Amino acid sequence: MEKTYLDHASAMPVDPRVLRFAERYLKDIFGNPSSLHSAGLETKKAIEDARKKVTELINAENETCIIFTSGATESNNLAIKGTALRNMGKGKKVAASAIEHISVLNPMKELQKSGFELTLIPVDSTGLVELEKLKEIVTKDTTVTSIMYANNEIGTIQPIKKISEIVHERGLHLHVDATAAAGRIPIDVQNDGIDLLTLSSNDIYGPQGAGALYVKPGIKIQAILPGGGQERGLRSGTENVFAIAGMGEAARIAKDEMDQESKRLTGIRDRLIDEILKIEKSHLTGHRTQRLPHHASFRFSGIEGESILLNMDMRHHIQIATGSACTSRTLEPSHVLLATGLKHEEAHGSLVMTLGRSNDTEQIPTVAKAVKQTVERLRELSPL
Amino acid sequence: MADVGYSKKVLEHFMNPKNVGTIENADGYGKVGNPVCGDLMEMYIKVENDIITDIKFKTFGCGSAIATSSMVTELAKGKHVDEAMKITRNDVADELDGLPPKKMHCSNLAADALQAAIKDYKKKKREE
Repeated sequence: MEKTYLDHASAMPVDPRVLRFAERYLKDIFGNPSSLHSAGLETKKAIEDARKKVTELINAENETCIIFTSGATESNNLAIKGTALRNMGKGKKVAASAIEHISVLNPMKELQKSGFELTLIPVDSTGLVELEKLKEIVTKDTTVTSIMYANNEIGTIQPIKKISEIVHERGLHLHVDATAAAGRIPIDVQNDGIDLLTLSSNDIYGPQGAGALYVKPGIKIQAILPGGGQERGLRSGTENVFAIAGMGEAARIAKDEMDQESKRLTGIRDRLIDEILKIEKSHLTGHRTQRLPHHASFRFSGIEGESILLNMDMRHHIQIATGSACTSRTLEPSHVLLATGLKHEEAHGSLVMTLGRSNDTEQIPTVAKAVKQTVERLRELSPL
Repeated sequence: MADVGYSKKVLEHFMNPKNVGTIENADGYGKVGNPVCGDLMEMYIKVENDIITDIKFKTFGCGSAIATSSMVTELAKGKHVDEAMKITRNDVADELDGLPPKKMHCSNLAADALQAAIKDYKKKKREE
């Protein structure tokens, strides 16, 4: 039976055009970009071309603003630790929304252990950052405030421009994790007022193993991985040329096709949401309209998410995600769902579906039916 | 076993659990777990001459919670209550060809639910 993949927030296939473009850097073109001979110059050029394409995707001021990394986790670490440590003289406070990805929250907690003061900014029941609280929390000593462009688990898009105004009126720098948002909604770092922005290659149909950090001109950060001084000294280590070249090409395609593809996905998403909310005691998580075009997330009372995931996969060949405790390493339910005010028992029964290029409207009735059958089956087993 | 997922047996019992349901006027009833933690099990037994003649369960929880519930009902059915009382969490996990390590504690409550049901039966019997 054919599989229906609905977990694009976790991993995405590499676009065949990207692979065709970048595979030469695994095969024939292999020089070290730091070498001065012709083989090195060739890969150096590949990286600079990719940098230009990523610059254009987010409308950065110029190419030197883009630092390539190994992925979003490294970009988030570099942004947060690099900025907080470099600007310690100006203050030792950091802040993040309560629904940030763990690769933002954990570096923040590490800073906290070494003497920084960390404050989490609450969100409302739809996942929107509470702006009044943000105003209270960010002060002149707050060197990094980290708020994601859009959330990977509930799809909610933040009003980044407004947030940027608040942060810059009161504190120092705004870091935005755009891993889930890039390639789906337009991002303009200059217009949005962003100082540091995290991007991930695989989340825009590029190869795994590359990411980028945008650093606004004039912002001072320090390296967290010292070494040979690649990437303006901010990220040492021989570049992953294949993944970086692929990320560049993926960024170019994402920019060209975003408008059309996002409209298409929004249509599928809205039908999916309408169909699934017909199931008894089902609820949307996240915001209904301020929502990523490819993102549909729900919770169902009386059942547990890992069971939903297994049943959807084994019986219906549909791959989805859940914020259930049973699928996490900590055995705690999703901190994102809890931050939106859900109780533990409510957060256990969550389902996240993220669409991609392989999905179309024709799949919706089958998917909706599979979810309905799964929920009904598990509720029959449940004593609740 | 490395933490790479479930054994075939766990998945079989998850997909086709045995003895799902409730028993009216059960001779013993046990309930363990808590929906806040993500696992809740209810166990019903029918007992004749101290032999478990019928057993049913209802479980809210993850794949291993459902599979262990199903397995424990299979192990207990037809057994003397004193024998069934000796079934441990490890017995259940072994019969399922193992559970991922982190599931051993949190989602392996089925033996506890069975023991609770047997204790309930014995208590009722004493009161008669």
